[in-house]
Amino acid sequence: MPAPLFEYLLRIGDDRLVLGHRNSEWCGHGPILEEDIALANISLDLIGQAQLLLNLAGQLEGQGRDADTLAYWRDDVQFRNLQMAELPKGDFAFTMMRQFLFSAWANLQLEGPIQGNHEDLKGIAAKAHKENRYHLRHASEWVIRMGDGTEESHRRAQAALDELWPWTGEMFQQDDVDRAVAEQGAVVVAADLEPRWRAAVTDLLGRARLTIPTAPMRMTGGRKGRHTEYLGRMLAEMQIVARSHPGATW
Amino acid sequence: MTTDPKTPAPEDPAKMAEFDTRLARDETIEPKDWMPEKYRKQLTRMMSQHAHSEVVGMLPEGNWITRAPSLRRKMVLLAKVQDEGGHGLYIYCGAETLGIDRAELIDQYLYGTAKYSSIFNYPTLAWADIGVIGWLVDGAAIVNQTMLARASYGPYARAMIRICKEENFHKRQGYELCATLARGTPAQRAMVQDAVNRWWWPSLMMFGPHDGDSPNSGDLLKWKVKLKSNDDLRQRFVNLTVPQAKAIEITLPDPDLRYDEASGNWLIGPIDWAEFKQVISGNGPCNHERLAARRAAHEEGRWVREAAAAYAAKRSEPAGQAA
Repeated sequence: MPAPLFEYLLRIGDDRLVLGHRNSEWCGHGPILEEDIALANISLDLIGQAQLLLNLAGQLEGQGRDADTLAYWRDDVQFRNLQMAELPKGDFAFTMMRQFLFSAWANLQLEGPIQGNHEDLKGIAAKAHKENRYHLRHASEWVIRMGDGTEESHRRAQAALDELWPWTGEMFQQDDVDRAVAEQGAVVVAADLEPRWRAAVTDLLGRARLTIPTAPMRMTGGRKGRHTEYLGRMLAEMQIVARSHPGATW
Repeated sequence: MTTDPKTPAPEDPAKMAEFDTRLARDETIEPKDWMPEKYRKQLTRMMSQHAHSEVVGMLPEGNWITRAPSLRRKMVLLAKVQDEGGHGLYIYCGAETLGIDRAELIDQYLYGTAKYSSIFNYPTLAWADIGVIGWLVDGAAIVNQTMLARASYGPYARAMIRICKEENFHKRQGYELCATLARGTPAQRAMVQDAVNRWWWPSLMMFGPHDGDSPNSGDLLKWKVKLKSNDDLRQRFVNLTVPQAKAIEITLPDPDLRYDEASGNWLIGPIDWAEFKQVISGNGPCNHERLAARRAAHEEGRWVREAAAAYAAKRSEPAGQAA
């Protein structure tokens, strides 16, 4: 049974690695040059955060695995990210809506490790939180522009929200890992994360003239390594070069 | 797009003389200054071609972001491609000071006859290509851009100063990637040698035709937009690169390559100009794919740009009129 903090770090590290990967797929294909640059920048931040979190996970594990080993040499069932992060990038509305829902959650969720007692994790979380504020602002502005832009952009933004909403329940599920890291004091696990997140996104989506779906949350399991069919293919691409050259340095 | 059949009106001789005097004194020309129409046209062509190249250049390198074999390399590559987008933006803004807007320039290359650098019509087939592009393609670009940083048009020259700094960084990263592969496993070594074999000649073609066959060079040199000829710049690049290749024990694919004691130059064999002509006339390995990818991005992004414009228009309406 891996240590809870190791498991916790994989979860929040993998969220960022996988979401960063999806956003990086936009590079060169954005709707406007400024967005090519912004999406590359957000990817860069997320992958940078993932590298720090996974390196720390490897150190705590003490078996000689670093961020690269964890990123390139685990299979999909060993990944611990939210399923929402691994869904294909979709259209620009889907990508931005997902970034908004995720960043609004991360904005609150990262307070947990920031308030905790693990010095290395606190430092990484504080850096990530600072970067995340910019991601949240950027994605929020686009959600408003799309929701309150043209008929087409409104329709696409609403469709993205309808598609993504049932995946958001996974962000608030808590299990033994969360309870254990809270007991250790490494993470302060807030009981009111979901209502605070819901209040924040309700306000913004209202300003974007979008309607929060009433659909039920989906069955999920990313935190336990139960993923969608999309993750395996994504990792096949991500890991192909590294795995074709075992033992090589890059 | 068709070229204007009308001959441009002759320039005012007094203004023309003053313009020439300013160039002779090495003064920079600024956006609001008078300039001959041909100078404006040549600069617009050159700057927009440069900006398009930066943007199209995001595609061959972007092709490997999702497959980069380490997180550090992935981040370096993302940052590099992001820089290129930034350069594109910066040069488009510079070109706009000549009185044409970005949307029109983009239309000219997506749907018209405007060109971008031929090098980006070659495919990136292996991870090593990312290193070789940084080393050779950015290396060649730097030689050209270092000269352009002293070009007579102020906004272009200033853009080049900033861009060269970043390009130098990209080149060092690319060379370091190649060096790492060259001292790696036999498979890594073979990968980087193959990439050099594929990119060497296209990199040399980046400097354009020999001086005698370059249709735009005369005016550009006269107006101090270019300060050195294509062949001079190419020679400088070869002289810089040959020792770098030797240092990492990589062979350059030119059996005629030799050092000339008298001139101190590394002399190259003949360039295959037939290939160059094929690529610039649209028949290179990836011309079709590059343009198709950029058109798709542009067309699929139309609704996003329209949404932004519609939202901005709503916000600028006087209070009370907004719905």
